[in-house]
Amino acid sequence: MTDHFIEDKTTKVNVNLETIGERVDFNDLKSGGFIKQRQKDLFTVRLRCPGGRMETKKLVEISKIADKYSKKGVVHFSFRQSLEILYVDYKEFRNIVSELEKIGQKVASCGPRVRVPTACGGCEYNPNGLTDTQGMAEMVDQKFFGTPTPHKFKTSFSGCPIDCSRTKEMDFGFQGIVEPVWEDPLCTGCTICSEACKEDAIVSDPDTGKPIFDPKKCIFCGDCIRACPTEAWKAKRYGHIVRIGGKHGRHPMESIEVCTFLPDDKVADAIQKTVEWYNANGKRGERIGNTIKRVGIQKYLDFMEPVFKHGSPVNYLAPGV
Amino acid sequence: MGEVKANAHLDLRGVMCPINFVKAKLKLETLEAGEVLELVLDSGEPIQNVPKSIKEEGHKILEVKKEGEHFRLKIQKG
Ligand code: HEM
Ligand code: HEM
Ligand code: SF4
Ligand code: SF4
Ligand code: SF4
Repeated sequence: MTDHFIEDKTTKVNVNLETIGERVDFNDLKSGGFIKQRQKDLFTVRLRCPGGRMETKKLVEISKIADKYSKKGVVHFSFRQSLEILYVDYKEFRNIVSELEKIGQKVASCGPRVRVPTACGGCEYNPNGLTDTQGMAEMVDQKFFGTPTPHKFKTSFSGCPIDCSRTKEMDFGFQGIVEPVWEDPLCTGCTICSEACKEDAIVSDPDTGKPIFDPKKCIFCGDCIRACPTEAWKAKRYGHIVRIGGKHGRHPMESIEVCTFLPDDKVADAIQKTVEWYNANGKRGERIGNTIKRVGIQKYLDFMEPVFKHGSPVNYLAPGV
Repeated sequence: MGEVKANAHLDLRGVMCPINFVKAKLKLETLEAGEVLELVLDSGEPIQNVPKSIKEEGHKILEVKKEGEHFRLKIQKG
């Protein structure tokens, strides 16, 4: 994609600008989400939509702007949950940006920096959701969007172990989990929890019907808690599994788990410190997964200890009772 | 566990998610608060999903019995 970058086309664009006598602020464009299309003079304008959520009123306004500026009258929903207005003439950048600004819509970023976070629905309305993924995405967007890094830095939030936002493939991903605890006196031995657990972490005692829990198989999804009719299974605590160094693209890499049960209020610290480490250790153009491979995961973990100590280690097993 | 008397019955064997839940919900709507619905559900997906949705809607599961490949539940309308 590099050669489609507006940053690499500055000279050509400048020539065109002189002929039309217009001025465009290139400092704005450099970090902005304007991507050169195949077609002469036409760009894709990528909007900043953290977590892929948008107020309907804003969407209506964006539709009008897209209709006005897209030469083909089309938008595209990107894989990172952004709304992209296609076929926009660069001569109209200033107008489209100012119209978008009026309705409070910002343009996304490209290049080596913290990108707009993606997120699933999470606990607000998804029945499986354990964490407020949308709230987290909003927070990360506010605090970290655009922070320069050696290469792109993609974050995402999934609300549960189904991991619809694919935190395993992110530079830094957060996936919701819950620790189940069981209280014998409340249990009626109905066996529903062993049916509900898709990981075979619970089998029912053949005599009493009560659960026998295997913590090694538990992935902290909370299905047992939701299914139990008597609240014998309860939530002890909620948090995030933290994953680092994943990416997709030509040479996908799976992330490494670095912490479990990191509480919500330590997520910002985790990102802040990780970006700090990445900027100190990463080479230009190197994704953090490769930095970690080169420098060693232990160095990273040592650096992160003040934050990750608020969670549990990666091999944490729930006692169950 | 004492036998609870049911005010209505619904056999949802062979009915798939989420239609089974919707049927249970509609049936519960015909009852008064405090009345009891007896439900029969298949094991697998139905028993994984329907009880938790019923709980989420504020009803109470009073009794659960496993009968071979299916479950018999008594639900009190919330
Ligand atoms: C109408 C569109 C879609 C619907 C209704 C839908 C629905 C769902 C549901 C219900 C699950 C949970 C499955 C489970 O319980 O195991 C799920 C998981 C998932 N979805 Fe989607 N989804 C849609 C589109 C997409 C798209 C476009 C993507 C990717 C770009 C995607 C990626 C995933 C992933 C990665 C998971 C994780 C679980 C797995 O891989 O099995 N989904 N989706
Ligand atoms: C905001 C504007 C974006 C620009 C200007 C941009 C630009 C680039 C560039 C220059 C590369 C090459 C990087 C390399 O070779 O390592 C690249 C790679 C890639 N881009 Fe984008 N990108 C943008 C957004 C996105 C989005 C929204 C997605 C979709 C999820 C995406 C997915 C990818 C993938 C999968 C790769 C392959 C490299 C990897 O992920 O490791 N990009 N992009
Ligand atoms: S990851 Fe979990 S909470 Fe998020 S959309 Fe998927 S199923 Fe729902
Ligand atoms: S939290 Fe653990 S025990 Fe409970 S259903 Fe999920 S995997 Fe099974
Ligand atoms: S679902 Fe609850 S009541 Fe039923 S066996 Fe499991 S822990 Fe006991």
